[in-house]
Amino acid sequence: MYVAVKGGEKAIDKAHEWLEDERRGDVSVTELSVAQIREQLALAVNRVMAEGSLYDPDLAALAIKQARGDLIEAIFLIRAYRTTLPRFGYSQPVDTGAMACDRRISATFKDVPGGQVLGPTFDYTHRLLDFALEAEGLERPEAPTEAAEHPVMPRVTEFLNREGLIQDEVPPAAQADQPGDLTREPLELPADRPLRLQALTRGDEGFVLSMAYSTQRGYAKNHPFVGELRIGAVPVEAEIPELGFAIEVGEITLTECETVNQFLGSKSEPPQFTRGYGLVFGQTERKAISMALVDRALRWKELGEDDKGAPAQDEEFVLYHSDNIQATGFLEHIKLPHYVDFQSELELVRKIRREADAAQQGVRREAAE
Amino acid sequence: MSERRELTEEEAARKAWMSLLAKAPAARLVALWAEAGREAGFTWLRAPEVGGVMVRGRAGGTGAAFNLGEMSVTRCALKTEAGAVGHAMVQGRDRKKAEIAALVDAGMQGADAPRLRAELLDPLEAEMTAARAARAARADQTKVDFFTMVRGED
Repeated sequence: MYVAVKGGEKAIDKAHEWLEDERRGDVSVTELSVAQIREQLALAVNRVMAEGSLYDPDLAALAIKQARGDLIEAIFLIRAYRTTLPRFGYSQPVDTGAMACDRRISATFKDVPGGQVLGPTFDYTHRLLDFALEAEGLERPEAPTEAAEHPVMPRVTEFLNREGLIQDEVPPAAQADQPGDLTREPLELPADRPLRLQALTRGDEGFVLSMAYSTQRGYAKNHPFVGELRIGAVPVEAEIPELGFAIEVGEITLTECETVNQFLGSKSEPPQFTRGYGLVFGQTERKAISMALVDRALRWKELGEDDKGAPAQDEEFVLYHSDNIQATGFLEHIKLPHYVDFQSELELVRKIRREADAAQQGVRREAAE
Repeated sequence: MSERRELTEEEAARKAWMSLLAKAPAARLVALWAEAGREAGFTWLRAPEVGGVMVRGRAGGTGAAFNLGEMSVTRCALKTEAGAVGHAMVQGRDRKKAEIAALVDAGMQGADAPRLRAELLDPLEAEMTAARAARAARADQTKVDFFTMVRGED
C-alpha cells in the first residue's frame, strides 16, 4: 500500500526542470512544432487518439511532444484531459458503408464493386531503410491534377449476406440500442458486445495484437479472413437539442475491419460464416484487424462454441488487462515510496528469522545434551 | 436520442450550412469571414464552450450501436443586433471558429443570406469539395487488379 509522503519539493522541481531541458534536447537542433508532429508523425497521433479515446489530432500531437514521444504517457495526458471535457451528447452511429475511402481492400474477393484501393500503405514496401530521408527538402511525387469522386463501396460482407451464408448483423430495436459506456459506468462482467467493442477500440495496441495473434497460432483458433479493410473519412452527426435535429459536427478518419470466419455450426446456429469487427480512430490498421480477431474470439458463448480455455476467449482476462492506462497506473505506482509498507514487511521478516534462529538453537542444544 | 424524422426544407438547408461550417478548416473560415467584412454586434446566449461528443459506431457496421470514443467540439449560441439567433457546434477547440459559425448561422436566416452564401459558404464548400476530389483521385490511382496465379497442382 502506498502511504503519502511529504517533502522533496525542491528536488522534484529540479527534476521537472531537467525533464523540460531533456525534452528540448540539443538546442542547436530546431525545435519540433506540434503541427510537424501532427502532419509528419500522423500514425503516432492516430494511436494516441484511439487509445486516449479522444479524436483531436492537435491535442494528440501536443501530448506526444510533452511526453517526449512516450505514447503511453501521451495517451495518459489525453485521458486526463478528456475527463475535464463536458459531455455534450452522443452522436448518431456513423455510417461506415458511406465512407470516403482512402483505402479499401478485401482478402476474400478479388473483384469487389468499387475496386481494391491500396491507399497510402506500407504493404509491398521492402522495409529497407530509406537513407534519402536523412536529407531535407526532397522532391515530392506529383499529385494528380484531375478530380474524381469517391466511388460507392458496398460492404463485402453484404455479398455473402445475400446468400445467407454469413451471420446477419442487424441493430436491436431503437429503445434497446443504448450501449453501455465505460467512461460513465465501471466495467462489469459479463459484458455485452457493445461494451467489449468499446474496451477493445481503446485498448492497448500491443496487447490487442498479441491476443489476436494467439488466436491465429491456435489458442481458440477461428480461421479469420479479412473480408474487408477500409480507411477513410466519415461525417459525425449529433443532435442540437435547441434545434431538434442533428447536424454534422465534424468529420473523422476511421479504420474498419470486418473478418469472415469459418464456422461449422453449433447446437444453436447453422453452418455459416461469422464475423469479427474492428473500428478504430484514425489510420490504425494493425489495431483494427487485431480488434476484429479478438472480438470474434470473445463471441464464443453467443455462437454456442466450446470454451477452449484460451486467453483470448476469457472476457475477464482480456477486458481487464487491455487498458494501458489502468495497467501502467497500477504497475508504475510500485516505484513510488512504499516506506511504511516495506518497514512493516522488514519487521515481519526479522521477527520470523529471530523465531527460526531461536528454534534452531533449541534443536542444537537438545542434540548436544 | 430522438427518432430520425423528415426535416422541413428550411431545416434541411440550415442543417447543410451548419454542417459545412462545423467541418470547415478553422483558419479558412476565419480568413473568409474577415474578407467578407460582416462584423456585427451580438450578445452571447451561450458563450463558446469546449466539450466532447461521444462518437458511436455499429458492430459489423450495421448491428448494435457501441461507443467508439469522443471527439472535441465547441458550441455556442448568440443573438445578433438584428434579432436573429445563431447556433454552432463545430469540430475542434477553436472558439473563434464557433463564434463565426454561429454568426453565419444567424446571418443566413435574414436578408444577408445570398451575400453570405456567395462570399463565404460557396467558396468554403468549393475548397472542401476540391480537397476531397483530389484525395479521391489519389485513391483512384492506387486501384489494383490482382491476378490469381495458377498453382500448377493438377
